[in-house]
Amino acid sequence: MQKSGAEILWECLVREGVDTVFGLPGGSVMPIYDVMLNYPVRHVLVKHEQGAAHMADGYARASGKVGVAMATSGPGATNLVTGIATAMLDSSPIVCITGQVPAHLVGGDAFQEVDMTGITLPITKHNFLVTRADEIAQVVREAFYIARSGRPGPVLIDFCKNAQVEMTEFEYPDEIALPGYKPPMRAPREDLQRAVELIEEAERPVILAGHGVLMSDALEELKIFAVKTQTPVAMTLLGLGAMPASDSLSLNMMGMHGEAPCNLAIQNADLLLAFGMRFDDRVTGNLRKYAPTAHKIHIEIDPSEVHKNVHVDAALSGDLKTVLTDLIPMLDEYDHDEWLAQIGEWRRESEDRDILFWPEDGQLYTAKVIHDLWEATGGDSILATGVGQHQMWAAQYYKFEQPHRLITSGGAGTMGFGLPSAIGAWFAHPDREIWLIDGDGSFQMTQAELATAANEGANVKIALMNNNFLGMVRQWQEFFFDSRYAGTPLNNPDFVKIAEAHNIPARLVTQPAEVVPAIEYARQITGPVLLEFRVEKEDAVYPMVATGAALDEMIRRPDRRSKAVGV
Amino acid sequence: MPRTLIALVEDKPGVLNRVTSLFRRRNFNIASLNVGRTEKPDVSRMTMLLDSNDADARLVEANLYKLVNVIDVQDVTNQPSVRRDLALIKVKASPEQRAEVVNLTSIFRANVVDVAPESVIVEITGTEDKVESLVELLRPLGIMEMVRTGQVAMVRGNGSGIRYTPGANGNGHEENKKPIKS
Ligand SMILES: Cc1ncc(C[n+]2csc(CCOP(=O)(O)OP(=O)(O)O)c2C)c(N)n1
Repeated sequence: MQKSGAEILWECLVREGVDTVFGLPGGSVMPIYDVMLNYPVRHVLVKHEQGAAHMADGYARASGKVGVAMATSGPGATNLVTGIATAMLDSSPIVCITGQVPAHLVGGDAFQEVDMTGITLPITKHNFLVTRADEIAQVVREAFYIARSGRPGPVLIDFCKNAQVEMTEFEYPDEIALPGYKPPMRAPREDLQRAVELIEEAERPVILAGHGVLMSDALEELKIFAVKTQTPVAMTLLGLGAMPASDSLSLNMMGMHGEAPCNLAIQNADLLLAFGMRFDDRVTGNLRKYAPTAHKIHIEIDPSEVHKNVHVDAALSGDLKTVLTDLIPMLDEYDHDEWLAQIGEWRRESEDRDILFWPEDGQLYTAKVIHDLWEATGGDSILATGVGQHQMWAAQYYKFEQPHRLITSGGAGTMGFGLPSAIGAWFAHPDREIWLIDGDGSFQMTQAELATAANEGANVKIALMNNNFLGMVRQWQEFFFDSRYAGTPLNNPDFVKIAEAHNIPARLVTQPAEVVPAIEYARQITGPVLLEFRVEKEDAVYPMVATGAALDEMIRRPDRRSKAVGV
Repeated sequence: MPRTLIALVEDKPGVLNRVTSLFRRRNFNIASLNVGRTEKPDVSRMTMLLDSNDADARLVEANLYKLVNVIDVQDVTNQPSVRRDLALIKVKASPEQRAEVVNLTSIFRANVVDVAPESVIVEITGTEDKVESLVELLRPLGIMEMVRTGQVAMVRGNGSGIRYTPGANGNGHEENKKPIKS
């Protein structure tokens, strides 16, 4: 049957299981929008296309499915760029569909023509320029396959307007034609054998669990591996939830703001088992001083990550779940009692410094508010964040027992990711409790999407940590630039009024005693609600590994509990 | 020692751009790059010379392989292979000097392919070293212009080179088997 390119696009999207699309129309996508009304797809109208990309990303992270964003050519498309880069650096599967000027005008600087395949070349896993209607079915098929398979990532389809209206015979392609695309699955036997030898010899092993554990759905295998070999599990920011925080083998987060026992364990280990992570500089600290006594085993689906930052002794390239399934039966059971006891000691020392045990001083501390939120929600909320101090405290104090709960921009550190990604997560899980923990700076970057949240009735609870600073940058200024606060104090609007202007109920919280009642108040409301917490302005995230320092050379939080009780 | 990599790529618009953009993006240093057609109509072949150590070459290989349009990558540095570079060299040559140029040219089994009153064009095919030597000998006469194709390479015998990029030989690849998370 003859169909237009635009109709074929929707036919294919529906067949890919797409039920929600985040976007904003314009001249070059009008034929696509026109026929959209004939298909069972919910279109979420955003206020800025960056929001569309982040929503698609949040949707993808919360659901495990591919998120879809749509924008018109030129400025609409370039507004997606930050969102695409964010998805790329966190391996999040999204497909972005942008309009493009008619094929015969491409290259001629027509109105709203921007070279999107050129611009997004280094920030997409792959991209396509579609100039004819008979290409679109194959391209959509391939785009979704590429986005979600192997190491997932964003794919962009730049769709020329002439191809949207041209009529052609529609036949859904049975096969994908990607001769050069073969993500590895299994690691060779010799490599597995080498890993087994290293594991047998190890006395102080640590597993480094990354985003790959979640993406490969290898939670069960991770757990079996850790228990069988009695190996504690450190997690990257995006790996949080890979192992329940309450598990006795869990070391929680590693890295620049990782927990002290976790970083100490890594630096003192004699074997690191990196599972689906990429030794980002935020988790290694100074590479030359990184885990100096440890052998390293790297299980990773992307061969270009192996030996990139850290030279490893055994590289197992493949899908984590598949490789672990092959590896586990080759292993004996081990005990590492001495090692686990040592880690237990580090833990106790660390607890003494924990801000949760600070004496009450009438101030609101973000970490404590997040702790209260964690308790009130039973630790089971989906949690989106902005970027900065509040993000690190969320990672430290919201103890994740489940995977796919934390939605945060790790690799890119994109301020403004929070609100739209939380809205996207709500479309993936409208029945779940969803909280956004945001900073006053981050929030204002995509604050316009409050209107989207209100329009769609998105059941997202916003906990805005207002410290009147670009807090994380302020902290660096305090530590490394003599407290010269250049460009970091924020002169904020009245956030409660802003929420109310969107018909979103809101409350200002300034006293510790008001925190829990405010959280309960928000939980009773269905639909968006905003709580503004006026938190301590000059608090700092601890521990902190300064640039150039080794992972165990941490700046620690002063021990106030011992002082308070006169120890 | 420079490394020689061969990549087979889909012959589609923009693929060369994807490859060179990768070199720029990852800061890989390419000494020469040659692109041409192959026995298959929809496949092009690239030969690259890299000034890098083993570890870097491995990363280049893995990154190239990650490009969706790259079908295969092989590091043939340590493979017995035929390597050829072609150069056209325009040399100053008055009628009196011509004999000298022709002499040098024939020692190298190169050809004079154009003769003008004050210059000749020499064509030479050979390994990089061989081309290099002739260029050095012609230099004192005055090289007016030169162009080289960059090296192309082909593994001898039936071998097609060792591929150690995991996945590059379809290692354990199982198409689309992984269920999509609901
Ligand atoms: C788009 C963007 N611009 C700038 C930065 C640099 N940056 C990192 S954290 C931060 C401060 C964030 O402030 P806020 O959102 O108020 O959170 P806080 O640190 O106070 O919790 C800045 C400016 C960034 N990560 N992203």
